[in-house]
Amino acid sequence: MKAFLALEDGTVFKAEAFGAPGEAYGEVIFNTSMTGYQEILTDPSYKGQIVVMTYPLIGNYGINREDEESAKPQVEGFVIRRLSPLASNWRQQGTLSEWLKEHGKMAVQGVDTRALTCLLRDKGALKGVISTVDLDPKRLIEKARSSPGLVGRDIVREVTCDEVNAWPQSPSGGAKFRVVAVDCGMKANIPKLLTQTGCQVTIVPATATAKEILDIKPDGLFISNGPGDPEGLPYLVSTIQQCLGKLPIFGICLGHQVLGLALGGKTYKLKFGHHGANHPVLDIRTGKVEITSQNHGFSVDPASVPGGAVEMTHVNLNDKTCEGLRHKELPVFSVQYHPEASPGPHDAQYLFQRFARMMATRKPA
Amino acid sequence: MPKRTDLKKILIIGSGPIVIGQACEFDYSGTQACKALKEEGYSVVLVNSNPATIMTDPEFADRTYIEPITVEVIEKIIERERPDALLPTLGGQTGLNAAIQLAEAGILERFGVEMIGANAQAIRKAENRGLFKQTMLAIGLDLPQSGVAHTITEARAVAARIGFPAVIRPAFTLGGTGGGIAYNWEEFDRIAESGLSLSMASEILVEESVIGWKEFELEVMRDKKDNVVIVCSIENLDPMGIHTGDSITVAPIQTLTDREYQAMRDDAIAVIRAIGVETGGSNIQFAVDPKTGRRVVIEMNPRVSRSSALASKVTGFPIAKIAAKLAVGYTLDELPNDITQKTPACFEPTLDYCVVKIPRWAFEKFPAADPTLTIQMKSVGEAMAIGRTFKEAFQKGIRSLEIGRYGLGADDKDKMLVSDDLHNALRIPNAERMFALRQAVLAGMSNGEIREMTKIDPWFIQEIREIVETEQKLAACKDAFSGPSLTEEEVELLFRAKQEGFSDRQLGFLFGKQELEVRSLRLSHGIKPVFYQVDTCSAEFEAYTPYYYSTYERSPVELAQPANPPTSKPAQQKIMILGGGPNRIGQGIEFDYCCVHAVFALKSAGYKTIMVNSNPETVSTDYDTADLLYFEPLTLEDVLNIVDEEKPSGVILQLGGQTPLNLALALAAQKVPIVGTSPEEIDRAEDRKKFSQLIDKLKLRQPPNGIASGIEQAVEIAKRLTFPVLVRPSYVLGGRAMEIVYDEESLRGYMANAVKASPEHPILVDKFLEDAIEVDVDLISDGTTAVIGGLMEHVEQAGVHSGDAAMVLPPYTLPKSVVDEIREASIRLSKELHVVGLMNIQFAVKGSQVYVLEVNPRASRTVPFISKAIGEPLAKFATKVMVGETLKELGFTQEVILPFTAVKESVFPFGRFLGVDIILGPEMKSTGEVMGLDRNFGLAYAKSQIAANQRLPLGGTVFLSVKNQDKLQSAQIAQEFSDLGFKLVSTKGTADFLRARGIPVTEVMKIHEGRPHVVDFILDGKIDLIVNTPAGKATKEDETKIRSLAVARGIPCVTTVQGAKAIVTGIRSLLTEGLEVCSLQEWHGKMRREAQV
Ligand SMILES: Nc1ncnc2c1ncn2[C@@H]1O[C@H](COP(=O)(O)OP(=O)(O)O)[C@@H](O)[C@H]1O
Ligand SMILES: Nc1ncnc2c1ncn2[C@@H]1O[C@H](COP(=O)(O)OP(=O)(O)O)[C@@H](O)[C@H]1O
Ligand SMILES: [Mg+2]
Ligand SMILES: [Mg+2]
Repeated sequence: MKAFLALEDGTVFKAEAFGAPGEAYGEVIFNTSMTGYQEILTDPSYKGQIVVMTYPLIGNYGINREDEESAKPQVEGFVIRRLSPLASNWRQQGTLSEWLKEHGKMAVQGVDTRALTCLLRDKGALKGVISTVDLDPKRLIEKARSSPGLVGRDIVREVTCDEVNAWPQSPSGGAKFRVVAVDCGMKANIPKLLTQTGCQVTIVPATATAKEILDIKPDGLFISNGPGDPEGLPYLVSTIQQCLGKLPIFGICLGHQVLGLALGGKTYKLKFGHHGANHPVLDIRTGKVEITSQNHGFSVDPASVPGGAVEMTHVNLNDKTCEGLRHKELPVFSVQYHPEASPGPHDAQYLFQRFARMMATRKPA
Repeated sequence: MPKRTDLKKILIIGSGPIVIGQACEFDYSGTQACKALKEEGYSVVLVNSNPATIMTDPEFADRTYIEPITVEVIEKIIERERPDALLPTLGGQTGLNAAIQLAEAGILERFGVEMIGANAQAIRKAENRGLFKQTMLAIGLDLPQSGVAHTITEARAVAARIGFPAVIRPAFTLGGTGGGIAYNWEEFDRIAESGLSLSMASEILVEESVIGWKEFELEVMRDKKDNVVIVCSIENLDPMGIHTGDSITVAPIQTLTDREYQAMRDDAIAVIRAIGVETGGSNIQFAVDPKTGRRVVIEMNPRVSRSSALASKVTGFPIAKIAAKLAVGYTLDELPNDITQKTPACFEPTLDYCVVKIPRWAFEKFPAADPTLTIQMKSVGEAMAIGRTFKEAFQKGIRSLEIGRYGLGADDKDKMLVSDDLHNALRIPNAERMFALRQAVLAGMSNGEIREMTKIDPWFIQEIREIVETEQKLAACKDAFSGPSLTEEEVELLFRAKQEGFSDRQLGFLFGKQELEVRSLRLSHGIKPVFYQVDTCSAEFEAYTPYYYSTYERSPVELAQPANPPTSKPAQQKIMILGGGPNRIGQGIEFDYCCVHAVFALKSAGYKTIMVNSNPETVSTDYDTADLLYFEPLTLEDVLNIVDEEKPSGVILQLGGQTPLNLALALAAQKVPIVGTSPEEIDRAEDRKKFSQLIDKLKLRQPPNGIASGIEQAVEIAKRLTFPVLVRPSYVLGGRAMEIVYDEESLRGYMANAVKASPEHPILVDKFLEDAIEVDVDLISDGTTAVIGGLMEHVEQAGVHSGDAAMVLPPYTLPKSVVDEIREASIRLSKELHVVGLMNIQFAVKGSQVYVLEVNPRASRTVPFISKAIGEPLAKFATKVMVGETLKELGFTQEVILPFTAVKESVFPFGRFLGVDIILGPEMKSTGEVMGLDRNFGLAYAKSQIAANQRLPLGGTVFLSVKNQDKLQSAQIAQEFSDLGFKLVSTKGTADFLRARGIPVTEVMKIHEGRPHVVDFILDGKIDLIVNTPAGKATKEDETKIRSLAVARGIPCVTTVQGAKAIVTGIRSLLTEGLEVCSLQEWHGKMRREAQV
């Protein structure tokens, strides 16, 4: 089916739809991972975004239940160069296009994704629309321009869980720590890894109050990844502020950003964000480099945190942005990237152990 | 961490001659390493016997030893140079093995040389199959079941345990040498025994077969802070059981989920840590069961490899350069990514394109060789192609191979196979299997059926199926495409075909049009390629290294203003250089060498250089070499596209071998500005008729000849010329299908079987000059001044292809009068052809008569060899004269006369093709070359033999068996051997002859005379050198057996009397004068000093 992708800057690509028909809006960003399209599609952090894969051949290994980061595709739309009609892998349970159709998600192929990526790199993330119903380029450009965008918006509410729920315990039992995980759109691999690290995980909605959290009497608090602008989440910032000093806290991605805000710092929007699985991050204290999985459009300015309370622990070697913070006195730390990977390298999984150690000692990480 | 300051001088060992399994890639890595270390201020000492490499150019190292790569020789070099460290990981398996042997002999310790990059312990852990297995088990990795054996009894015990098929893999070998798959005891014994004898450590692994599993490779880099990155992932289209070097491979991995890929990545990192490669690159191979996902580790190469060269070209990440810097103490995060400039080298490249590598085989040169692909590598080169899809890259890859195919089918080149034939072509891996896949689709086989037979992943089969379906659609629209205008759908289909990699040639075939007609048709519809960058980062960052590939992409329907409008740069004149494409027998590294020199010369003269090539092994395709690199097939279509894009002011064709030269007329017809000798003059030299006229005009002599368009005419010509005659088809090059025929019967046989003669494709018949001495001349001319670069006498008689013969510079037996005549003839030829640039001429001297055999109006294989010897960069000069400088301005107006001797010897792949006769003829068979340099012919020749991996005996027994014609000369040779203390063994004829002349000789029976016969002698290890000149048909079988056995056992075997004379001279020199080493810089210094006085 014929489709168009229109951007707010006035660029329009002709494409061929392979997901559901319709029209979808979002901030258009590109992801440079060569594998892991299924994890990306199901990552709630992409809520509000149309994801362009820079790797041109997508769908090769189909989809399978095991590799989902949430129960359904979360992106607003998906843009690729070429879809494989065939799913080839011993674990595959269907093709990508069937699955997207099943979930009513829009996806298009046949787009010159490199040209599109260069454009996004030069101009920054752009608002865009994909449509199979309106094929008038001019009108679509207008629609892209008038779509809401991400800045200042709270999209977390759309992806967080409705109620408190317990993540299944490790079959081997013996959980040493009780952890409350604030679900801002948490990827499934995070509670999995927390559980493997000896935690019993209780997941709470992003709107949970500090009291509700503290009542669970956890050994530690985890703030998850999630979509959108951290500045759109004042309630979560205040919840964290109330827990600071009372609980060891670990934040990932959006969790890292709201923690930064809770500590009095500022966040800002990156030009086109970091979305990929090959970002080198230096652990400033050990001098070692991790290859990390990343997915964020905003960043914490570490210098903005008042009183020198925090220290930057990790830095992105590509653009020198802040990738990790630790509180100097409190058992609080966070990283901007994704130690849970999925998709991406496993280099940073040691951070889950660091969280466990911090809960054991209740000392700064 | 900063670089180490305790090291001053570093020794690098190169990989020696080009052989199957070890090609230009190690010149690429070695050159990068030399550059990187010199840049850091280290003094570099290099050993490499291969003169055709860029790395052995005197400016790339402080001391360059073009000497044999043996422990004895390197020990002498270490003793003279006293390096602080040895970097063993950049010279292929040869360099690595030499390093290990130096360590084991205690030489490194004695001279306090530290191994950097990987130490001996790590190398042993990786290369010793037993230790490797233990190490892998210790870190919890899975391997196929196996056992290590050092004797045949041990090997049999393991095989009994794991059953058949059993895979045999020798330790410390390269390209699968000595490996094989055994399905029964007989095969097992044969392969295991040969494996044991070929392994430096007499060690083999006998392993459970995982044939048919998916095969993957990861290229890993580690620094001394233990940062590890994966530079590239590669999936083999051909499954386990076919050597990766013989497999079509694809980057990145296509059919693994992130979960599976990351688990493999974790394993790879664990492997490099456990093996303990401290810094640098390694290649790790895995197999995955397609049914269950079970993953086993196959091997790790603790060094830069063929795959890492490929990975560097795939990603733009300079593995060898970075490896060299890591070895001296830098860490990955301290080194910049040259391509983005802003980001560090500590990252994992991400691609937004697909890369396909396809091997190029040379079975047509070895009809007796088994063409089945197995775990022993047999290909001689490879082409790489980049596209936005697999389909595009695959078809571009096929046309890059230059095998007369312009993509997958859509030509009439395939013989259609039916049922069993097709099934066998699918089941039994072979060089043509990709075309059989197309036929399988055409025959209606399903993905499942094809997979069942080939074990190729269905994803690839589906992609190939789609190519075939498009071909069928196109064919069905033939009439529409011949019509005056196209519908929107037809334009769309044409565009799709281009996106899927169809060439204009293929489309022309399908539409019944000429290639150029298709070109105009598509251009008239705005269908032209875009050129995209290889930038390591999928466009995330701006890239500064212009490394491009072509692809077809649809532009947006509406275009906004770009954020940064392109700035127009000051115009700089651009010169484009066409490379030589994939390595093959007859066209290899020598031509790449010339192209790289052209780039250097033009850059220094202020031009902007554009390199076009498709061979991932080469220095020319390093993004660092030219200003702009186009990784593209060298076909008319692809070259014209680049010319359209870049509008160069000149295009150089004469340096990349025959490949670009063949495009000369077609490019000229399209008004492409060709610089150097004009296409018309090129044609005059290449066209037989025009060439004969030229020879007559200059009153030179050519062997009498004729052109036959049928059998009877050929016989008539041959009778007129008198037998023997040399026959060849006029339309094939590189000595292909060239034969010497001695009688009418053979001539009729040749005409009937070997070639189909016709008026369009006539057969050339030349009088064969027997016992003539061949001479090669390389010459340079600016149009006014012509200077001889080198004049080389062949050791073997004319009739042995110039690419296979040993050559001596300066001539060592020819009288001055003859040499002067050749000089003069060469200069006259160059003037007549208005040569601008290089030219190569082959002469044959019979008695005192000089004949011109051939003129090649281009750089030849010997240009690098001569340049090394005379210390003058001929290819650079040639380039400069092509852009208008004169030889006078360049200060090169006189032939350099060497005060020492340089010998070029060829290296053959017979060890890979056991059973193939090693007799040399007019069809070239060698893959590479070495150089021996010394003060006299004997020493230089001896060095060249040692460098070519001949085990040159200094004593022992020589087996002598020569044809009647050679008997007289052989007596003299036998006498010399005898004088040097060798024992002689001969069969009756030769023995009688020698005894009659008072030369002591032991007689041995011929094979059919009873036992113990000569073969028993050889098998018992009683023979150290064989001299056997072929006698013709009668004893042929016996002789072939002897010669094959010599190859299998590694016993030097000389097949010409001239070669025997040279070898005895060489041995005498070694015995009387001993072997000394001397660097190229010293030789040149000496020469210049002598020239001054
Ligand atoms: N157990 C096995 N079963 C089937 N094929 C194998 C097995 N082990 C190795 N191979 C095949 O043999 C090839 C060569 O083996 P390898 O050890 O990589 O040799 P080399 O050192 O020459 O690269 C591999 O590329 C693979 O295809
Ligand atoms: N008339 C001849 N007599 C003897 N040997 C010849 C003659 N013509 C060619 N040869 C031999 O054949 C080889 C290949 O022939 P050549 O014309 O140079 O072909 P190519 O194009 O492959 O270089 C030469 O190097 C030479 O040894
Ligand atoms: Mg291998
Ligand atoms: Mg020749």
